[in-house]
Amino acid sequence: MSEMTYAQAARLGLKEEMDRDPTVWALGEDLGFEGGMAGQYKDLQAEFGTDRIVDTPISEATIMGAAIGGALAGTRPIAEMRFSDFAMCAVDELVNQAAKARYMFGGQARVPMVARMPIGIRGGIAAQHSQSPEAWYTHVPGLVVVTPATPADNRGLLKAAIRCDDPVVYMEHKGLWGASGEVDEGDVEPLPLGVARTVCKGDDLTIVTWAAMVGVAESAAMTLRAMGISVEVIDLRTLWPWDKDAVFHSVRKTGRLLVVHEAVQIGGFGGEISAEVSEHLFEHLKGPVKRMGGARIPIPFSIPLEEAYMISAEQVAEKARSFF
Amino acid sequence: MAQDQANEPARIFDMFRKMLLIRAFEEAAGENFFAGNVRGSVHQYIGEEAIAVGICANLRDDDLLTSYHRGHGHSIAKGADPRAMMLELFGRVGGTSGGKGGSMHIADFSVGMLGANGVIADGCTISVGAAQAIKLLKQDKIIVNFIGDGGINRGPFMEALNWAKVYELPVLFVCENNQIAATTTTKTVTAGDGIAARAESYGIPAVTIDGNDLLLVDRTAAKLISEIRGGGGPRLMQAMTYRLRGHFAHDKALYRAEGEAEAALEHEPVRRAEAWLLEQGISESEITNAKEEAEARIAQYVEDAHNAPWPDLKAAFTDVQDVGAPVPGAGQ
Repeated sequence: MSEMTYAQAARLGLKEEMDRDPTVWALGEDLGFEGGMAGQYKDLQAEFGTDRIVDTPISEATIMGAAIGGALAGTRPIAEMRFSDFAMCAVDELVNQAAKARYMFGGQARVPMVARMPIGIRGGIAAQHSQSPEAWYTHVPGLVVVTPATPADNRGLLKAAIRCDDPVVYMEHKGLWGASGEVDEGDVEPLPLGVARTVCKGDDLTIVTWAAMVGVAESAAMTLRAMGISVEVIDLRTLWPWDKDAVFHSVRKTGRLLVVHEAVQIGGFGGEISAEVSEHLFEHLKGPVKRMGGARIPIPFSIPLEEAYMISAEQVAEKARSFF
Repeated sequence: MAQDQANEPARIFDMFRKMLLIRAFEEAAGENFFAGNVRGSVHQYIGEEAIAVGICANLRDDDLLTSYHRGHGHSIAKGADPRAMMLELFGRVGGTSGGKGGSMHIADFSVGMLGANGVIADGCTISVGAAQAIKLLKQDKIIVNFIGDGGINRGPFMEALNWAKVYELPVLFVCENNQIAATTTTKTVTAGDGIAARAESYGIPAVTIDGNDLLLVDRTAAKLISEIRGGGGPRLMQAMTYRLRGHFAHDKALYRAEGEAEAALEHEPVRRAEAWLLEQGISESEITNAKEEAEARIAQYVEDAHNAPWPDLKAAFTDVQDVGAPVPGAGQ
């Protein structure tokens, strides 16, 4: 095991896949000199050349569209969008083309591409650089949605996304770029898509979460444990498909479910999880499923205002206590 | 060269047969739309056939092509099976997409036809990416991206022009300028000097030709495709033409000046190619036979489409995705 950051682990996963498969390439703004916003492409252009780490113009629709064309023509492109907010300039290409080509062409096509679009708050980048629109893409047939929370997962899930024959919306959380963690040395297999990770085991309450809220929930669980409340934290890792088996198994045991996500709560993916659990596990529930998400406001700039949007471990612990 | 010239009438006659096949296909598509056999939208290529045929005659089977909503002609010209296309229009088993795509999503990947497209100008960005894949895979294919004149005001078109030139990609952009975008005269909503000027402003060599002149399209395409395949980077051809029908089958095109479409018949490509062939010594009866043959083939395909089975309901749930595939009958 070695210690590395979330960004370094992603770089490692990408490099491994590019070494393994010469048809893997990445395109996006500022991948060469800058090496990506967090160094997740650092020095890869020097190693793999400008045809495989492609610096592009600021043309989001074409970054996405070209990745689709590249996938249809026999390669495995990674479209780096820098911010999920910027990827909104290319939602047409992603939703109308990438997600539907296989279906509307009757199975003649596959679109093995990764649309890499970081989400989340990272300190003062405000309304157009901080959003978490992951729920949007879970609503689109044809797409896979991945939200890694740890360095090891950011390597293993990125490898899985690159090898996947479906278009994958890969949403790293910008607030986690510098987060450190243990990563296996040597070759690792890709992680399976659709399999959650149990962060910590518990018997009294299940917290289901993903991305940056995993660490927050884990911290809340430690506080609660000291207070005698045993919490099981599940990191979904992928939102489509989501690991219903793992969540149902846990909720059958604990009888209580709290879903926590940074994205706006209204219309968020927590609603889907809540509805599924309520419909299918009602008799196992000791009380209503609860959700915690962001307020339905644009992400503000000023420190106290941004903090007003964010969800803290203390708030999660307080919400958890309301079950008892 | 002498041999080429000797072969020219026979070669052009083959292309003419393909134009007739497209014409017959489109007439049948329209008739069956009005008869209620074909649902949705049918955008006919009638009057524009020389462009697709003249260009595709200069492509190899493994070259790629992307199209837009008026894509039947491009598909047939590239070698897609018109019988499977007719079955697709009828929504039946055996259709190019098994009945899941319909008219606007005809594709035949086995002949490099990467799809018609329901979103204007989206084929442009897909094409430049496919061209990047061609380079990465060290292939000597090229890709042709067909677009209508209405598409030139969308951002992806302009982004893709820039992109193709920046990376010197093997793309032939073909703008089929029928001068009308749905029901709006394109020049009334287009600033500047038009499509060729836009391409040239990015450093992309562009030519404007009479797209209803089959021989001219053929000659021009041969030159441009040879330049592109030789590593010359992207090219653009603006092929001037005229849409003899409405935007789609049920559009009566009442926005046109009286007599305009009738006058255009004089310049339409099938009639002109026919006149040239007659001058070269092809007989009237050979022409008549070719027309009857095309119509009979398409009539057979229509009958086949009537007789083909409807898709099994299970097909609605297949080919969505491998990971997280839908479960039939469930919300999820």
